[in-house]
Amino acid sequence: MMKNDLEAQLLKNGGTVDLSLMESLGYDEFSRCLLAEVKAGGRVAALFGVPGEGKNEGLELFALIARDRSAQIAVYRTEVGTSFPSLTQSCPQIHLFEREIAEQYGVTPTGHPWLKPLRFHRVWQGDTDVWGRPPDERPRPGDMEFYRIEGEGVHEVAVGPVHAGIIEPGHFRFQCYGEKVMHLEISLGYQHRAIEPMLLAGPHPFTMAQMETIAGDTTIGHGLAYCQVIEALSGCVVPERAQSIRAMALELERLANHVGDIGALAGDIGFLPTASFCGRLRGDYLNLSAALCGSRFGRGLVRPGGVLFDLDATLASGMQTRIDEIEGNTLGALNLFFDEPSVLGRLEGTGRVSRSVAEDLGLVGVAAKACGVPRDSRFFHPTGVYRQLFDEMITEETGDAMARAHVRLRETMVSIDLLRRIGTSLPAGPVKVPVGPLKANTLAVSLVEGWRGEVVHVGITDAGGRLRRYKIVDPSFHNWSGLAMALRDEQISDFPLCNKSFGLSYCGFDL
Amino acid sequence: MWRVISERFHQGFRTGKFPLEEPKLPPRFRGLPRFDGECPSGCRACEELCPFGACAVRERKMAIDLGRCLFCADCPACPQGRITFSNDYRLAVRRRQDLLYSGGAYPLAEPLEPARLKLFGRSLKLRQVSAGGCNACEADCNVLNTLVFDLGRFGIQFVASPRHADGILLTGPVTENMRSAVLDTYEAVPGPKVVIAVGACGVNGGPFVDSPETNQGLGTLLPVDLYIPGCPPHPYTILDGLLRLLGRR
Repeated sequence: MMKNDLEAQLLKNGGTVDLSLMESLGYDEFSRCLLAEVKAGGRVAALFGVPGEGKNEGLELFALIARDRSAQIAVYRTEVGTSFPSLTQSCPQIHLFEREIAEQYGVTPTGHPWLKPLRFHRVWQGDTDVWGRPPDERPRPGDMEFYRIEGEGVHEVAVGPVHAGIIEPGHFRFQCYGEKVMHLEISLGYQHRAIEPMLLAGPHPFTMAQMETIAGDTTIGHGLAYCQVIEALSGCVVPERAQSIRAMALELERLANHVGDIGALAGDIGFLPTASFCGRLRGDYLNLSAALCGSRFGRGLVRPGGVLFDLDATLASGMQTRIDEIEGNTLGALNLFFDEPSVLGRLEGTGRVSRSVAEDLGLVGVAAKACGVPRDSRFFHPTGVYRQLFDEMITEETGDAMARAHVRLRETMVSIDLLRRIGTSLPAGPVKVPVGPLKANTLAVSLVEGWRGEVVHVGITDAGGRLRRYKIVDPSFHNWSGLAMALRDEQISDFPLCNKSFGLSYCGFDL
Repeated sequence: MWRVISERFHQGFRTGKFPLEEPKLPPRFRGLPRFDGECPSGCRACEELCPFGACAVRERKMAIDLGRCLFCADCPACPQGRITFSNDYRLAVRRRQDLLYSGGAYPLAEPLEPARLKLFGRSLKLRQVSAGGCNACEADCNVLNTLVFDLGRFGIQFVASPRHADGILLTGPVTENMRSAVLDTYEAVPGPKVVIAVGACGVNGGPFVDSPETNQGLGTLLPVDLYIPGCPPHPYTILDGLLRLLGRR
């Protein structure tokens, strides 16, 4: 039904589209299609600007809509001048995408209800700054108008960028009435390293290392998403054995982070047994990654065309034995936590996000699944071994810190099971094949379910097969807005617990 | 309560014997590069081929700047394949130039000078500042607080406020957006103080060395007392460096 109505280019995860054959829509038609897609259950996986190749050409916008149920991604393109009508009011999940386009290219989404800088950098082309900041001065981070509530008994609390623990920088502005938070505004950008601009005319020799450090705890997630884009653009078919090893690394990454996050939640609650056990167990999973490729974070494992390290029989069986050993300890530590009444009392009902808010904001990953919103690209847009092996998507209903913790617990068990199933049925064959040159004028998309949620990478090449634009969407890009909503009407003292239950990345957002 | 105790027995005693026993690292772990300083071919290709400019050839001798090296698994630098990585995790040094390694003995960090050693040798409180890295170095600092490493037993502690700290431990290349916060935090630490740069980013900018939005680590901004290279450094690399600084190894 949709297909006849909307003139979309449809592709699969890891698919490409030849841009010379793809029609550009008028902005009205583009916005009609985008809204219709979202109304029909699609979600905006990416929306970004691409500057024209000539000097005088305007800015193109590309929208990638994930149609989860049909395992397709619909691509639309349009062209805009110095401004375009904002769609945020009818489709809140694109609010940050529109702010990003405004900040990067100096193009105004008119009527945007919340048009503020996102990462505090200079505009990428020309010197038209949407906020009229002087072109020869660098914007100051956090220099924007914060939403303020005024009145008797209302006060403002500002936290960051440097926080109390060993944690990345970010700024939080709370509007409180007594202990109660009426509104939280999150202003980030402190970790901005200009990764997307540095990809232009790439891939460069330094690119792979930068992809692995977009967010260090998602080295495999982002590294894999990048490799799948390059493989799609070059038409390279990755050997099955490499795909299995990649999936094992991705699940190990999920396990380390989920177990570590539950431990950190236990620490914030003050339930120290699980906090200490999980701190150690997280290391055990990281050490399994190190056994595989030498790096606890999976650096150097995934490369375009496959993986750099193979698993010989001894290492494979050694890893399985180790997993069996850790499994018991993991479940022991986690069950202790989830059976403790004082822990449950602290988690239940804290930081609740409703299902409709989660859908409106386009939340992904753990945060979405906790609200009963099924989002998992391993399930809906599977690649490699996930096509055959993954059938157990976890969702919870309550949308609170408890649900987010519980999604992690259940995903931990699924991942251990997956590791065992993948590890005991490794196909034979090579683990890496050569990668040829990239196709010209082509768009490629790749979705990877990282441990936080869906990692989206989109690459667009120019006529010479170099990258003309590369767009990265970390799950945290969507989910920080979920944290802000979770804090509404909560006590400000619950912020650390809520924050931890989302477990978001600062550098993944700031890129 | 009984369940907690029984689970505690089930989990076992897990604190490592470090520094009495050397840690066992996986065979594929990439530590101190292994190469012969004399470069027979003299092709100087490595100067171009390392994407991060870590290699230089001077008078037929190759030197690797460990401050720039990311210990890449597919190190592309030497076409003759003369660079491999050993399992040696000890990498911390006191001076930036000590990271220029030409093979042979590696100049591991010396302790602080007597005045500061007397103050900090048995109790060192650090304020960690994260400034534009990928959060892996931060994670590997955090992990020192787990019971495996148990940093507290060495009298070293990460504290919440720079006012309570004896120094800062910085990770990340220092993004432009974090520069003033880093300098403010340093200023807020009462003197005498120590400055520690952890990870390739903190030492020299790491993978982001050529980014228009970052500085090249802490070295260009503040006097650094201890450099701990690696991307990210192994927790034992960090711990070894801290203990050497305090004259405990």
